Amino acid sequence: MKRREFLTLPAAAIGGTLLYTLAGEPIRLQAQNGTVKVPLRFFTADEAKVITAACARIFPSDSSGPGATEANVVIYIDRQLAGPYGRDKYRYTKGPWVESYPEHGYQGKASPSETYREGLKTLGDFAGLSPADQDAKLRSIEKSYFFQLLRQHTIEGMFCDPMHGGNAGLIGWQLAGYPGPQMSYRNEVDKHFGQPWRPKPASLEQIAGRAGKPWEDEKG
Amino acid sequence: MTNLKPVDVAIIGGGWTGLLTAKEITAKTSLSVAVFERGGPRKLPDYAVTMDELDYNIRLRMMQNTAEETITHRHSLKDSAVPVRQHGSFHPGTGTGGAGEHWGGASFRFLPDVFTLRTHLLQKHGVARLPEDLSIQDWAVTYDDLEPRYWKAEQMMGISGKAGNLRGQKIDGGNIFEGLRQQEYPTPPLKHSYASSMFEAAVRRMGYHPYPTPAANLSEPYKNPDGIQRGACQYCGHCQRYGCMVGAKAQPSNLLMPVLGRRKNFEFHTGSWVRRIVHKDGRATGIQFTGENGEEFFQPASTIVLASFTLNNTRLLLLSKIGTPYDPNNRKGTLGRNLTHQVGTNTRVFFGKPLNAFMGAGELGSRISDFDGDIGFTGAEGEPLRLGMIALSINGRPPIGSFGVMPQGATKSNWGSEWKKAALEWTDRWAAIGLSGEHLAWRQNYMDLDPTYTDKFGDPLLRFTLNWTDHEYKQREFAEQIQAKVAREMGAKFDEGRRSRDRYNVINYQSTHIQGGAIMGTSPENSVVNRYLQHWDVPNLFVIGASSFPQNAAPNPTLTVLALTYWATEAMTDRYFKHPEKLI
Repeated sequence: MKRREFLTLPAAAIGGTLLYTLAGEPIRLQAQNGTVKVPLRFFTADEAKVITAACARIFPSDSSGPGATEANVVIYIDRQLAGPYGRDKYRYTKGPWVESYPEHGYQGKASPSETYREGLKTLGDFAGLSPADQDAKLRSIEKSYFFQLLRQHTIEGMFCDPMHGGNAGLIGWQLAGYPGPQMSYRNEVDKHFGQPWRPKPASLEQIAGRAGKPWEDEKG
Repeated sequence: MTNLKPVDVAIIGGGWTGLLTAKEITAKTSLSVAVFERGGPRKLPDYAVTMDELDYNIRLRMMQNTAEETITHRHSLKDSAVPVRQHGSFHPGTGTGGAGEHWGGASFRFLPDVFTLRTHLLQKHGVARLPEDLSIQDWAVTYDDLEPRYWKAEQMMGISGKAGNLRGQKIDGGNIFEGLRQQEYPTPPLKHSYASSMFEAAVRRMGYHPYPTPAANLSEPYKNPDGIQRGACQYCGHCQRYGCMVGAKAQPSNLLMPVLGRRKNFEFHTGSWVRRIVHKDGRATGIQFTGENGEEFFQPASTIVLASFTLNNTRLLLLSKIGTPYDPNNRKGTLGRNLTHQVGTNTRVFFGKPLNAFMGAGELGSRISDFDGDIGFTGAEGEPLRLGMIALSINGRPPIGSFGVMPQGATKSNWGSEWKKAALEWTDRWAAIGLSGEHLAWRQNYMDLDPTYTDKFGDPLLRFTLNWTDHEYKQREFAEQIQAKVAREMGAKFDEGRRSRDRYNVINYQSTHIQGGAIMGTSPENSVVNRYLQHWDVPNLFVIGASSFPQNAAPNPTLTVLALTYWATEAMTDRYFKHPEKLI
């Protein structure tokens, strides 16, 4: 069995609702010297640094607000790739594998996790590059399936329910003015016309009073 | 292979049609009825913690597992088909309730002329003006046959809406173009959202006749004739692709299973994947299915009802070698013929104000039928033969799926700082004016078995040969012109339609309205089933569902599927079970 890899994050980055299903088991993380160590499911610590850096260019932390780093998008992606989605448990994977028209979508054999492993090779020592060089590097692979997945997963990690590991501290929902799942808008739906109405965001667990079962934690 | 104890009626598929058939037969007879559903069990409390966009709206957790079985697609007879490797243009359901659990709830009656489409268009245009490859035909039932059954389905679900043609009286605010209704809707329309109220005001100023989308999402608490009490919709915005956590959306799990659970002559088998209908000398003898652990079973039955989704109804008949497969080259054979989907096109409209569009319901919207069917069309140049409904709906705007929608050309890149800033600015400031358009049947669009790709058991996948024709391009172009006029009247910024001439694609969601393959008709030469959905060649086999539609009609099909289910089960309980032979 491979050695367990950890991602070290500033303790301040971990929201209270973030870590309750890590690795499918309850792990209480202790902040030491202002940092916490998050066990990784798929990436190595080095790979996680590269993905963190790439996501930070796709969805940057800048004058328009926090980004992928603060939302812990890398943790989200790590869990997705280790789960049934990353392993193509729900995609038709019988051959023959043939190229087809764009209207037939992705017809490749590689699963999302395999696509990332290959894609990481093309990124090389990405975390060590300057932001301008990082952008140039991403621009050069922008048409690849790997980049399309990375971009899509970055948005997912920004705005998913925090039970999936991203959107730490509901930071993505606060940024976009999205309240999260709420039990009822019956008294609001036909009001506030033309005015922003922004109830305080809450996670599914906070709303439902019990935790959901994220698909990536499915066994088998 | 284990032989099971015989039952009177074996039903394949535990969705709307299969469970409604079971409910009707067990209510009116003492026959033993067993339903076989390949997916898993499901119940209302499951939905309390499923308001999760990622797993349900994006990863499509309630849908069939494409790893086990999918379809293949090709655009024309000249191409080779490739598998649809992950769900895209439509979403077949699985498990208790099937797609009836995750549907949006739009519940329309079809226009009366839909049922006599071929006769109607021949009278209007003459045979010389209709394209040669057009494969449309009349249904074998009429609107008048279905009207009382539509009402039964509306009562069962408690449809929220407003009548526009009540016993011949046209009522402003309802759909004045609809067929004659004997009864007002069971519950009043849903509330208006900001965006749909702007649409409604605009189309009204333009002289059109808007009405609220009739919906299976209850506008107020309601008790149906079976005594099932449900609460009102909470507009939570997690509806289509989700099960309803409060049961306000009509679903087989909350309307049919509670009734069936009390019936002693009913059995329900989940995890039971029906592989073949076994038949001999023109009679079906039973079904062969594989259980969850891979064991093979034979279930003998006197009558079989094939009531799964359109795809599997056709595929199971093909695999079981019941009927004559259709050949598009010589137009001979009937099985697999007249595959239709739905014609759609959207015009995105952008506003200077937020819409609060995270609040919504599966079918919360306003629409016009002023261009439905061929209302107002004279056959002039540029007009399609048929069109459909133009609508604006707010179904609950999820943050992942909608992030990054902005006017065309707003930013050069679709990632990075500039893109992020623009995406945040446009978040919650857009909606879409849609088309729900009629898809006519064409000679070359059909289903058969794929020669190459197989399912998890090694059985051939179903193959779609399907592409858009000039008629559908014309429908889209015409609809986009109307949408642009409405967008201008709404004072919105909008994207010019660009997609009208795209080929059929299996990636972008269109609708789960797939019709045909086992269509109804007046003779074995033009159809697979008769007007009671009884198979022409095998009289103790009924095939129920949108597979029986000769072609698509503009509105969502579920209500018509349910009305047809009532129609067919009445024929079974009133006549067929007394003399289980050909009804015609």
